[in-house]
Amino acid sequence: MAITSIKNLKEFSTNNDRFEGAHLLCPGCAHSMIVRELMNCTDDNLVISSNTGCLEVSTAVYPYTSWDTSWIHIGFENAATAVTGAEAMYKARKRKGTLKDPDAPVKFVAFGGDGSTYDIGFQWLSGAMERGHDFTYICLDNENYANTGGQRSSATPIGATTSTAQAGTHSYGKKEKKKDIVSIMAAHGSPYVAQLAPNKWKSMAKGFQKALETEGPCFINTVSACTTEWKFDPKDTIHITDLATDSLMFPIYEIIDGHELNILYRPKNIIKVEDYLGAQGRYKHLFKPENKHVIEQIQSDIDKKWDMLQRREEARI
Amino acid sequence: MAKEFDLNEVEVWDGNYAASQALRQAQIDVVAAYPITPSTPIVEGYGAYVANGYVDGEFVMVESEHAAMSGCVGAAAAGGRVATATSSQGFALMAEVLYQASGMRLPIVLTVVNRALASPLNVRGDHSDMYLGRDSGWIQLDAFNAQEAYDLPLCAFKIGENLDVRLPVMVHQDGFTTSHKAQNVYPLKDETAYNFVGDYVPVDEMLDFTRPVTHGAQTEEDWHYEHKAKQHKALMDSRPVIDEVFAQFKELTGREYKRVETYMMEDAEVALILLGSSVESAVLAAKQLREEEGIKAGIIAPRCFRPFPYDLVRDALDVPTLKAVSCMDKSAPGGAMGALFNEVSAAAYTTSSRPLISNYIYGLGGRDFAIDEAKRIMKEQKAHADAGHITTNIQQFSGLRGPKLGFYETRRS
Repeated sequence: MAITSIKNLKEFSTNNDRFEGAHLLCPGCAHSMIVRELMNCTDDNLVISSNTGCLEVSTAVYPYTSWDTSWIHIGFENAATAVTGAEAMYKARKRKGTLKDPDAPVKFVAFGGDGSTYDIGFQWLSGAMERGHDFTYICLDNENYANTGGQRSSATPIGATTSTAQAGTHSYGKKEKKKDIVSIMAAHGSPYVAQLAPNKWKSMAKGFQKALETEGPCFINTVSACTTEWKFDPKDTIHITDLATDSLMFPIYEIIDGHELNILYRPKNIIKVEDYLGAQGRYKHLFKPENKHVIEQIQSDIDKKWDMLQRREEARI
Repeated sequence: MAKEFDLNEVEVWDGNYAASQALRQAQIDVVAAYPITPSTPIVEGYGAYVANGYVDGEFVMVESEHAAMSGCVGAAAAGGRVATATSSQGFALMAEVLYQASGMRLPIVLTVVNRALASPLNVRGDHSDMYLGRDSGWIQLDAFNAQEAYDLPLCAFKIGENLDVRLPVMVHQDGFTTSHKAQNVYPLKDETAYNFVGDYVPVDEMLDFTRPVTHGAQTEEDWHYEHKAKQHKALMDSRPVIDEVFAQFKELTGREYKRVETYMMEDAEVALILLGSSVESAVLAAKQLREEEGIKAGIIAPRCFRPFPYDLVRDALDVPTLKAVSCMDKSAPGGAMGALFNEVSAAAYTTSSRPLISNYIYGLGGRDFAIDEAKRIMKEQKAHADAGHITTNIQQFSGLRGPKLGFYETRRS
């Protein structure tokens, strides 16, 4: 595999750019940063699939396309199956000698939002992981159904307000905790699973490269800050993501072969989660006196998770 | 290279095994499938070929029928031959992706073993799943017996992959009555069958990296309408290609298929119009009626359900002697006249003779449809013909226990 240099951000960001700048994503959306980083970290040919969602509706509106590579979208739930169908076709045609360029290196990648990954496409993802196809699934996790106006998903954290789990006089927003998709995917026996963030672009690029290099089904959950539904200024996307990783709301780590856990980023100064929550409109109501207990709950959950991750890393399990 | 399968000149195969042999001979690149009664043996048969070296493509057993068709779409977009099989609930679960496959113009072949749709749960054959697919943008061919369940998939690849067509094709056969009934089948040699189907020609394939392609784009009110109109035109324009492929198949095998099959219609006074395995029973019944009672009975059977052969059905009905016809629908009509009745009636309206047309619902959930019942219905048509109008309700139920069920009366006298 042709790994590209990741020494210099400016150089890296313009390398082999196969995701065109003309698209309809919101200004400040982290999706395009993550997608470009994936596409720039390899020189191999790419076959990419996308579930229905913000990325898909913003990049392939006929007669235009932002994808200067092979790309397919079928439905909301089946990007994992679409790209693994293509991967099966690649194997068959390679064996039969019907490929135009049988020696061209190729990687298969599926993108899904959290709605299509944690919820509606969960079964399709699980099936593709179990079948052991050689592909990488990347979840662009913005913690809500942003494409349809910000409804709750099972990736929405407790306490966030969404249009279908609203904060109000009788509610502090979503009541349920976020699904732990990384553990679930690691439990599939995947050879490489990680949670990465675009503010830590070097570790993200390395993680992507590791997933692409690893034979078998790999899964990466990426934090994709959503200016529209998280409600922050579009210029603050990376700042908000810094708060997410420094508060350990989104710890950055990888799990190799389901058991070797490595923490990829340790904040020098771990900040309180209220600094992260307070920077976004979706958590504003939590700062009312009657909702303070939710912030305490979130902080307590973060502390326990961080403790668990460190213990696992130390114990190599 | 896949091993050659040693075949006799005549084999005793059921419809499922016949279909699986046709899929094997087409040397499919990817089969993505999920088992369901009664089409499971197609997938199992194919699995046995894979396990024993008769197939060198990929066989991907997925976790649902929705994923089966999704995998087929991804594989087909990557530029190779693709097929799968399903029935009933599996067909319903795949319905979303059926529309996507046809909208993306991918020539996938789906062998459908027709079965009732729940609820109540029922594994037996009727045409509910076939009818569910009728607006999905697929070509739908209908096999009436095991030989046709073998022949038609071979034709289906050649039709769907034709560069002027590029549409997915379903080949239907009836659950159990065809799929599980062993009959004499005359197969082609592997090489002959493959040469008939031909090599797959990739179009806009995702594995040609010199020419990146975007599959499955979004269109709103500015372009969606034009895409759907073009898709409809492609379906309508597939008619001469289907005829041509059937003609080539006849040249190769001597077996003749037409988009509308007619039996004894030249001088028919009454007729039944129906689909699937019931056609052969109805033909026997018509022959017996002619011999025993002198009733000039005939049978019309659309072989091609989509694109609906409006013109050929009209031609079949435009017989000067024809007075009364019953249109037989093997699918619960859900608050309407049967779908076949509606389409046939529309075609009949433009004939010069305008025969009387009534509607029978029959055979739901595998309820037997026997020769005696076919004869009774044709005799009833004779009574309509003699009276000059429909003497019963226009819609009736055949073989139903309990009180007689019927709806609507004619205003013709």
